[in-house]
Amino acid sequence: MILAATTNESLARMSDLLIYSSMAVYTLAFFAHIAEWVLGSRSKVGRTAAALTPRAAAAVTVQVKQAGGTAVLDKPKVVTRAAAGSRDVPDGPGAAGGTVKGDLYGRIAVSLTVLAFLVEASGVVSRALAVQRAPWGNMYEFSTTFSTVAVGAYLAFLVAGKNVRWIGLPLVTTVLLDLGMATTWLKTPSDQLVPALDSYWLWIHVSTAIFCGAVFYLGAVATLLYLFRDSYENKLATGGNPGAFARSVMERLPSAASLDKFSYRVNAAVFPLWTFTIIAGAIWAGDAWGRYWGWDAKEVWSFITWVGYAAYLHARATAGWKGRKAAYIALIAFACFLFNYYGVNIFVSSKHSYAGV
Amino acid sequence: MSTTDTSGTTDASGTAENERAADEAAGAQLSTAPTEDRSESVLGGPRLGVIGWIRWFWRQLTSMRVALILLFLLSLGAVPGSLIPQTSADEVKVQAFKDAHTTLTPLYEKLQLFDVYSSVWFSAIYILLFVSLIGCIVPRTWQFVGQLRSRPPGAPRRLDRLPAYTTWRTEAEPEQVREAALALLKGRRFRAHTAGDAIASEKGYLREVGNLAFHIALIVMLVAFAWGQLFKSEGGKLVIEGDGFSNTLTQYDDFKSGSQFGTDELEPFSFTLDSFTGTYEKDGPQRGTPRTFEAAVGYSQGGAEKKAVIRVNEPLVVGDSKVYLIAHGYAPVVTVKDGRGKTVFHGAVPLLPIDNNITSTGAIKVMDGYRDKNGKKEQLGFQAFFVPTFAGAGKGTMFSQFPALDFPVMALTGFHGDLRVDSGLPQNVYQLDKSKMTQFTDPSGNKLAQRMLPGETMTLPGGAGSITFEKEIKEWASFQISQQPGNGLALAGAIAAIAGLTGSLFIQRRRVWVRAVRGEDGVTVVEMAGLGRSESARLPEELGDLALALTAQAPPAPEADPDAVRHAAPEADPEAVPDPAEEPAEDPAPSGEADK
Ligand code: HEM
Repeated sequence: MILAATTNESLARMSDLLIYSSMAVYTLAFFAHIAEWVLGSRSKVGRTAAALTPRAAAAVTVQVKQAGGTAVLDKPKVVTRAAAGSRDVPDGPGAAGGTVKGDLYGRIAVSLTVLAFLVEASGVVSRALAVQRAPWGNMYEFSTTFSTVAVGAYLAFLVAGKNVRWIGLPLVTTVLLDLGMATTWLKTPSDQLVPALDSYWLWIHVSTAIFCGAVFYLGAVATLLYLFRDSYENKLATGGNPGAFARSVMERLPSAASLDKFSYRVNAAVFPLWTFTIIAGAIWAGDAWGRYWGWDAKEVWSFITWVGYAAYLHARATAGWKGRKAAYIALIAFACFLFNYYGVNIFVSSKHSYAGV
Repeated sequence: MSTTDTSGTTDASGTAENERAADEAAGAQLSTAPTEDRSESVLGGPRLGVIGWIRWFWRQLTSMRVALILLFLLSLGAVPGSLIPQTSADEVKVQAFKDAHTTLTPLYEKLQLFDVYSSVWFSAIYILLFVSLIGCIVPRTWQFVGQLRSRPPGAPRRLDRLPAYTTWRTEAEPEQVREAALALLKGRRFRAHTAGDAIASEKGYLREVGNLAFHIALIVMLVAFAWGQLFKSEGGKLVIEGDGFSNTLTQYDDFKSGSQFGTDELEPFSFTLDSFTGTYEKDGPQRGTPRTFEAAVGYSQGGAEKKAVIRVNEPLVVGDSKVYLIAHGYAPVVTVKDGRGKTVFHGAVPLLPIDNNITSTGAIKVMDGYRDKNGKKEQLGFQAFFVPTFAGAGKGTMFSQFPALDFPVMALTGFHGDLRVDSGLPQNVYQLDKSKMTQFTDPSGNKLAQRMLPGETMTLPGGAGSITFEKEIKEWASFQISQQPGNGLALAGAIAAIAGLTGSLFIQRRRVWVRAVRGEDGVTVVEMAGLGRSESARLPEELGDLALALTAQAPPAPEADPDAVRHAAPEADPEAVPDPAEEPAEDPAPSGEADK
């Protein structure tokens, strides 16, 4: 018994150490990303502007004609066109902007992020071993798991060959904020789970909730960048002249249409899982508290978040609500998710307050 | 509105009029979303008398935009209930709030802010939403059935305007190409048919099925929830080891039920708590964490005696009722004697925990049978403070150090007088009303208070008797007994909702057209185009795959004069080069916007 206790304590210490180390590595990744943005540059000046001027429309036309005349082909070339009403703008080249130096720093940043992810994940796992349960008993544990999963999802997109490196800088920045808050304000050395938490539903319900939050977060970043990039494109299309800084940053991001599509896919893919999370929570509450739905603060805000994302999906199918308006709804829905996490846990008394700070 | 035009087959060799109709039909019906007729809604409705207004109102209510607004209102309306204490969750907290905010309370009460989720306005929002939902599902279902019974619409004139497009020239005969394309598409489980000079095909109908199933499942869940609210019953009961409970109204400590619940519907059964076991982690960072929490019960239902163990996440199911283990604590056994040594009270007194280590407080009340040393009838009350594991004298804390009975200690203070249990006011059994009580004092005038170990006795001063903290300490467990019909239905609805949603969001409904015509130079020109309900990267990929498969039977011919190619497409006018920025309205856009 005593032996077990000491191994647990040393594991817990090791977990703390690993989390701090991952923060150090994330900080390095952060600087590498900054270097990528500073040293990289937009390669082709005014790609977006070019695509939005009438001359550019002619360029598209040429493409179509060429496709029509393509001769011997191994695989017929498929020409795609943007949907009605959306702009046909190419994606930016990414933070490195096609420069070798920028790209080098970008690669360093991604490698450091991989390293930091591995270190942080080991921190979470050793915490789980130390407390001998799912490492999701309090906000410190939620926060560390949450950022691990968000980075993991981002790396998974990279591995799958998706164009997501532009998320790198905002992601690493938020992960540092998240871990900083977790280690300074939310730190809980060890604590007891109330018996209601001692259930396999903890694994199901909480793990899916954390996963949904992490991926919704990626969607929210894309949505926010979409709004910026969309105004930028609007400005160009109406003959405006954005500042040099805005131009430099925005030119390197994917086009507004791509960002919008990315955030829609991510949010839509997670929505059924979020629905499942709420239902799993309800089943668990039914077993633990004798009622599956009691309008407890946590339940209410999960419901609000759910309705918010449903409204977002609806808005995208409603005339006059696509684009920016739908994007605002998605951001509001994510804000509700965040409030459910920080706000309800800290300010509102709820049956879920075991997730105490 | 083109969505109502269900004739999918159009002869492409017809007049220009026919061709325009074909263009419009091609993009229509790729979903069953209600179309927005903006002119009508924006301009404030028709001047059509009562029926017209009703129709206008109904159309508004069942529009996507109003559904969206109602969804907003629903989430907005749910907010106050999470910030203001709710009667349904915690009446004590509501009362405390009312006492603290006397000016706000009348306003809040008027707005039903203490009962948000059963308030008139919240109900109005969700009832409107669900009426709107039904008003939306019914026509959509019919429309979808219509789509299933008709065939995919024919190819639009200009395939190169569609989101994904490819073309090549081949030596194969147009008829051969079309035949091969028909076979290919059918092989890939598209619904396909020949319409004029092209093959029209469509796939992914399950998306619509999923979407309809999802919305219907929402209604099922609402019905199940409402049913459960109306017919539910829910009560709490604290049971000390060795004691029992039988499921009748009078036995409950507290009881709530839905408006349609009749008390004769209570499931007839009874149980006794044989023993309660709680074990806790003894060492390490997890010290004190409960490892097991088990209530061993014997229960009887319809004459049969059975044994069962109730755990925190494992309720006992008896018929329609479920018995949940909610909480537990200690019930020290005490014996109170009067001045002459006659036992006036003997029993286990449940005390309520105030922290995780089960530091507990409560009251011991001796209501009848006690007489003071002068033989006068009086009542006794003791305030008890109990810890299962005492830190030790002089450690500076009276709070418990561990939840198990390692070093139980109880501190008592005694009172005599009138407990006021007969005052007519409901009284908390765990608290003493000391307004008519006097605390015992020792001869030197100090208030009587004593910390006791099991087996010890506190003598009341002046021959007033004694109280003994017996060696036996019982545990109690509190149970919630609930009956809630509709749970199974709600679960079925939930599962259907998730399944439907998954289908709706992951299945792409799309159309593919293949046109093969002989060009001016006698070489066949093949054109393929795809249209999805939403833009998807998979659509061009799929089209590329299909095209590649088709080239096996229609191998690309060598490059020819590009002009000839362009003229091969029917009515391809060099000036009418597609320009997305100029004329988006004519694009066969997937949703209702196309219908302007
Ligand atoms: C009057 C009420 C409603 C109407 C008219 C309506 C209509 C529709 C329609 C036509 C779609 C298909 C859009 C598409 O194919 O993308 C849809 C999708 C959807 N609806 Fe509703 N709905 C209503 C109520 C609700 C409610 C109450 C919810 C849930 C809170 C909801 C959640 C959804 C979701 C999640 C989708 C999937 C969106 C997608 O496919 O991209 N709907 N709704």
